[in-house]
Amino acid sequence: MIDTMPSIDQVWEFLSEVEDPEIPVLNVVEMGIVRKAYYDDNNKLWVHITPTYSGCPAMTAIEMDVRAKLFEKGFKEFQVKTDFSEIWTTDWMTHEAQRKLKEYGIAPPKAMPTNAEELGDKVIPCPWCDSLETALESEFGSTACKALFYCHSCHQPFEHFKCI
Amino acid sequence: MTKQEALFTYLLRLADDRLILGHRLSEWCGHGPVLEEDIALANMALDNIGHATSLLTYAAEVEDKGRNEDQLAFFRDVREYTNIKLVELPKGDFGFTIARQFLFSTFAMLHYEALKDCADPQLKGMTAKALKEYRYHHRHSKQWIIRLGDGTKESHERIQKSINDLWMYTNELFFMNEVDEVLISEKIAVNLEKLRSDWQKLVEETLKEATLEIPDYKQYMQQGGRNGIHTEHLGYLLGEMQQLPRMYPEAQW
Ligand SMILES: [Zn+2]
Repeated sequence: MIDTMPSIDQVWEFLSEVEDPEIPVLNVVEMGIVRKAYYDDNNKLWVHITPTYSGCPAMTAIEMDVRAKLFEKGFKEFQVKTDFSEIWTTDWMTHEAQRKLKEYGIAPPKAMPTNAEELGDKVIPCPWCDSLETALESEFGSTACKALFYCHSCHQPFEHFKCI
Repeated sequence: MTKQEALFTYLLRLADDRLILGHRLSEWCGHGPVLEEDIALANMALDNIGHATSLLTYAAEVEDKGRNEDQLAFFRDVREYTNIKLVELPKGDFGFTIARQFLFSTFAMLHYEALKDCADPQLKGMTAKALKEYRYHHRHSKQWIIRLGDGTKESHERIQKSINDLWMYTNELFFMNEVDEVLISEKIAVNLEKLRSDWQKLVEETLKEATLEIPDYKQYMQQGGRNGIHTEHLGYLLGEMQQLPRMYPEAQW
């Protein structure tokens, strides 16, 4: 055990050092994947994480990365719990995260969560050239959270982080 | 039957349907008719298997006999699997897979919408999460049903045949017994019979738009899946799915 336990603010900072394994420009805190961090009555640290999609294959990797980070920071006993009590939504992604996504070449989710019925009619600006002349190719992309688009201006395919 | 026993069985039913369907969908990986559909089917396989994993983890916790999700998935035999027969049938051609996706995801969507007030917070959270995904599955398969039904003569005939062949497996979607009664009284489960007319309405609307015929509801209907009575196909599926963990039970990776 560490002599003095880091404050919860520090814990959040540590967790911000953990990259999202599929979108490495983002960390798991700004993605909204880490939901809670607290000490229980026995001074044991608990970290709650929630998946973006039920089948998100990165979840195991994220849990391992969080554990590795906490070990690295000197924690010996802690619990990382997968929590379904709140349903992950793209609203939890910070503005900073949205900006980084675009820079990375993924069209960020629009602020308004829309249901699946509307995705085909939505105009998603191209993350490369900002053109609005884009079209949905497939609602399913390289990972569960992304849809595939094509830009008719710069003729590049791109991915869009789906709003859920 | 105690609430605990009922909840365990209920979670297994949900999980088994999704695990087996997910496995069938995963068989398309690398075999899809076009790249986008290959990816779409693999994504949907992942949604189902991921959701099944959470359901099995919770089922193991409820059972409280020291089993975990892997033991429930890989060390139960055919007779212990409680999925409906609809999901275990071989994947068939693309149209058959789409027809099954359509019939199942329409039901799953309605079922999970009805569970929005579920008194069990864990189940409520998991199903609310998966509901968003089933809406995508429903929309995807619905569009394909229309495209294939209202497409060429051959696509029309083949999707109609798939719908006809699958029809007798759809009654099991609405199976209920004492498990449901116990959980309905606890406000955890819902009366599936009440979903039947909405399901029929959504299915019929799309079939009509696709210029397809609605098969006869009064034909012979398959049953038994929920009680562990399966078609011959499930054994082969489990044989493949369970082989590795049974050969190397302590394997870690
Ligand atoms: Zn562009």
